[in-house]
Amino acid sequence: MTPRPTRRPAGSRRRTSGERLPWPALLLAVVAIAFFALPLVGLLWRAPWSQTGRILTDPALRQALRLSLVCSLWATLLSLVFGVPLSWLLARIHFPGRSFVRALCTLSMVVPPVVGGVALFAALGRRGLVGQWLDRWFDLRLPFSTAGVVVAQTFVAMPFLVLTVESALRQHDRRLEDAARTLGASGWYTFRRVTLPAVRPAVVAGAVLAWARALGEFGATITFAGNFPGRTQTLPIATYLALETDPADAVMLSLVLIATSFAVLVGLRDRWLGAGEAMVAIDPEASR
Amino acid sequence: MDSRGSAGGADRTIVVFAAASLTGAFTEIGQRFEAEHPDTTVTFNFAGSSALATQLAEGAPADVFAAADEATMAKLAATGGVAGSPTVFATNELAIIVAPGNPKAVRSLADLARPGLLVVLAAPQVPAGTYTQQALGRAGVTLAPVSRENDVKAVAAKVVSGEADAGIVYRTDVEAAGGRAAGVAIPATFNVTARYPIAVTTHAPDPDDAAAFVAIVAGPVGQDILARAGFGPP
Repeated sequence: MTPRPTRRPAGSRRRTSGERLPWPALLLAVVAIAFFALPLVGLLWRAPWSQTGRILTDPALRQALRLSLVCSLWATLLSLVFGVPLSWLLARIHFPGRSFVRALCTLSMVVPPVVGGVALFAALGRRGLVGQWLDRWFDLRLPFSTAGVVVAQTFVAMPFLVLTVESALRQHDRRLEDAARTLGASGWYTFRRVTLPAVRPAVVAGAVLAWARALGEFGATITFAGNFPGRTQTLPIATYLALETDPADAVMLSLVLIATSFAVLVGLRDRWLGAGEAMVAIDPEASR
Repeated sequence: MDSRGSAGGADRTIVVFAAASLTGAFTEIGQRFEAEHPDTTVTFNFAGSSALATQLAEGAPADVFAAADEATMAKLAATGGVAGSPTVFATNELAIIVAPGNPKAVRSLADLARPGLLVVLAAPQVPAGTYTQQALGRAGVTLAPVSRENDVKAVAAKVVSGEADAGIVYRTDVEAAGGRAAGVAIPATFNVTARYPIAVTTHAPDPDDAAAFVAIVAGPVGQDILARAGFGPP
């Protein structure tokens, strides 16, 4: 693999091991760990292990899982393509109303996803602001389509990437870029060869966060794209519907979803992200 | 805060879990009940019957459960979630819901299979979806819906908002949509009678209050409101 652009000072990983956490803080931290671990343990305890084979080979599950992976990867790709330039704009360009634009572009993180779905209808639905023209001129309808799932997922996921990358760009030493430009590099060349490599860990971290959010997306998707097996029924939606009739199946589907995300998060974190860099990248500073 | 089940009277709450299709009628019945019992508040959780049954089986605190089909109620009863035997208090039937004025000229279930028509149905996991499958089976019609919604109100909403051209809902959902949608009747030969059972749950902290609510639903006040909403007699 390529070397990391920024390295931690040697030995920094071990630095915290000698520290003593005051016991009340330790106690609260343990409660927090239990809070996150218990639901997972509960699922494992409730899982119908004897039916694992039947559920995991169910074509409907595979279809939903495949759709979830395909759509969430598309959403991540779109978030990268549009989100990185957006973060750069928010971090580097001073323009009036910048805080407003930042709030606007990250609003979908805080509104309930169902509201996001309704808003997408208002914009891109068959009677929507833009959607009616898409329908009339291009015969293009996003609701109830796989593209609609990708749109809904991108809508809720991209802010995670934008905030992460913007935060890193703000902390990045701009003198490197100034130096590149003094040496005759064009703005685009500098962006590609100096700026982007420097914030690469943040881009990867942001992409992973966005992907995880897209994979788990439920509210905006079921509202805007509906539920149809193979076309818009992602794994979270299949899980929700299974809960109504076969709770045991729903538990198994949940475990598949958790295992998928967990594997990717753990794998990527160790391979791509130094713990320290990830902390910087997910610094909530930019979300003020 | 919540003083459910406190003896002595003031500020008691009855929690009613009811099928999505009962939203309008039960809200009105709840208001009448509150008017007759000023010390009691009725709180509703409207959703697909199957989702409600799952929540109840997981121990959701509810006093009364009203489902859109007897199978869902029977499933809950089998897990010991129902006190006593459920009473059927209303019936319903399916109808096709379309935009006002029926611009796509949908006349029958078979018309729904027309290419280019955007049809939404209820998911087979909820009673309305099961009934829909039965009706389509009787009519010998196979549909390719754009979505299978997780409760019947969502089907109606997609047609009312204009995102879909037609859907299959309960007759009462067409009534509830008022001028924002129109209905196309499904002939009795293909139609299905939905029977709505109601019961007091095992966990009801105050079974007497819960029974009083069941009584008003099954009594003349409830039956009158249900009839006006388009429900048939049990």
